[in-house]
Amino acid sequence: MAGIELLSDQGFRVDGRKANELRRIQCRLGVFTQADGSAYIEQGNTKILAAVYGPHEIRGSRSKALHDKVLVNCQYSMATFSTGERKRRPRGDRKSKEMTMHLQQTFDAAILTSLYPRSQIDIFVEVLQSDGGNYCASVNAATLALIDAGIPLKDYVCACSASFVNDKPIMDISYLEESSGGAELIVATLPKSEQIVFLEMNSRLHEDNLSHVLDMAVKGCKDIHDVLDQAVREHVGEVAAISGLE
Amino acid sequence: MRETPLSNCERDFIKTAIAEKKRIDGRQAYDYRHVRVSFGVERGCCMVNIGDTRVMAQVSCQVVEPKQARPADGTLYINVELSPMACPSFEPGRLSDFGVEINRLLERCLKESRCIDTESLCIVAGEKVWEIRVDVHVINHDGNLVDGCSIAAIAAIAHFRRPDITVSGDEITIHPASERDPVPLSVHHMPICVSFAFFEQGKYLLVDPTDKEEKVMDGRMIIGMNKHREICTLQITGQMLLLKDQVLRCSNIAVVKVTEITELIHKALENDREERAKGGKYGFAESVPKNKVTSNHKVSAPVDMETVEDHVTSTFSQNDDVIEIDSDAASTSESDDSVVIMDKGSGAIGLGGPSTWNVDDEMSELKEENKSNTTKTKQQKSDTNIVVSIDDSSEEETTEILVEPSIQKQKKKKGKV
Repeated sequence: MAGIELLSDQGFRVDGRKANELRRIQCRLGVFTQADGSAYIEQGNTKILAAVYGPHEIRGSRSKALHDKVLVNCQYSMATFSTGERKRRPRGDRKSKEMTMHLQQTFDAAILTSLYPRSQIDIFVEVLQSDGGNYCASVNAATLALIDAGIPLKDYVCACSASFVNDKPIMDISYLEESSGGAELIVATLPKSEQIVFLEMNSRLHEDNLSHVLDMAVKGCKDIHDVLDQAVREHVGEVAAISGLE
Repeated sequence: MRETPLSNCERDFIKTAIAEKKRIDGRQAYDYRHVRVSFGVERGCCMVNIGDTRVMAQVSCQVVEPKQARPADGTLYINVELSPMACPSFEPGRLSDFGVEINRLLERCLKESRCIDTESLCIVAGEKVWEIRVDVHVINHDGNLVDGCSIAAIAAIAHFRRPDITVSGDEITIHPASERDPVPLSVHHMPICVSFAFFEQGKYLLVDPTDKEEKVMDGRMIIGMNKHREICTLQITGQMLLLKDQVLRCSNIAVVKVTEITELIHKALENDREERAKGGKYGFAESVPKNKVTSNHKVSAPVDMETVEDHVTSTFSQNDDVIEIDSDAASTSESDDSVVIMDKGSGAIGLGGPSTWNVDDEMSELKEENKSNTTKTKQQKSDTNIVVSIDDSSEEETTEILVEPSIQKQKKKKGKV
């Protein structure tokens, strides 16, 4: 993989984007009728479905009920056909479990949990096609699904990844850029207040560059927020028109 | 087994103390506990103590087929075991959420940051490579397991030696240690994880939280860094909202801590190497301090006790019965730490303070009385030469017989006239 040039001299990446450009985002809310809230997002070639059920009574063990907060239950799974090679264990392996935990922490911090004590909110995320930025697209899809379900949030939760190639920070990295060994920084923020909800970094990055890469990722979150906001307003407009509110 | 929950008053106490910039074990906000790295007799065995947290790591290797995606690379496999010995809430067998988190963190910190050169582990490209396996076992959990595991893992990897091999055509010979010296792994850099605990939505920050502080904290940030100031991994867990400058501040603190700990590991490795080269004794048995009476080293408590006396006297003087605190005795006993040999076969550390039992006061009064009595009798003896005092051997009684001196004087007078 060392032969591929991730950032050319003219400033173009392998898929033709510039360093500070996001991939093309297309999203739809309300794709399922069964779930309380659902969303489908395409970020470049990464395609992710999210469904939200709740808030409802605690299912399963009553002991997990929290007396003052809602219990956020996440499940992240990748379809077996989602990656280049067929994946045999979509759930329960370490990476999926870790991803599940990260999603749960993120939304635990973003949902107004004190409004629904002794209840449970389920968030299910399924990756249909994986081309890098799985966590980011999952968070974005889950945010849309939560908005569709009408669950109160502190703010949109937008996630974006960033990397550092040829001494320049680049935004929203794809699978090719991920696996060629550069540093990868994933940030989930509340865009208006720029508060960081989740931060994860892989591979080596010099401390001096951390600030720039972090800035790039936070800017990416803001850009994604604009896209998602527009999609939500369109959807609400459609729904209102259909149900004759206007 | 379910963990006993922390009581509300303990929780409030710890939180208020942190708000006043005090920790319950007396450390400063950015101080680590006492870190000790020791190596075992086997190559690749390392035990790390951070305060009371104990972690042990062992590295082993075997020859396997490489992965198809990377035919010329060896593999590094890391496994962290949380045994119920460390904490009763760890269940045996199935890995809990916390276990998954630690495993993935160490994997990211060590594997994905390429701390060892996997290409040098290749024997025959596409057929045989070395698989290095690091098993980390947590022996005692007193907070901050992530740091302990990362230090143990990287120290064990640096300590490990793999057998030397020769490839001749299709045959591979693995030389045992007796034939050829084992070869060290090529370690590019040493990534060390530093944990930060956040309180009050990111207002207060502590390094190296203990078990109790972990139960009270809002969230945690773990930064894995090496001494070249490269960040190998960064992760925020817990439900808190942070700002960008808090993240940067933590990374600056982490730089300092990582340099200190890397120094410590290098020193420990050096000591072990020297011991082995000299042919001296090495291993865990030699590195554990002896707890015999003849050895007198104690780890001094970092808690500042000087202001405690003033505090205590002020609170006690408010009561009716004043309890005097023998502060002098306490201070002298601390300084008087040398071993005093009293007699053959017996020694004492410290000579003890004055006796505070009331019985001895009476005894001393009696003694004084007797002393004054004996002086009185001696004086009378010199004056008149008549008084006979009979001292018994017991000090409690003296019998005195006094002969009248007046008769004698009259006799003398008669003599003169």
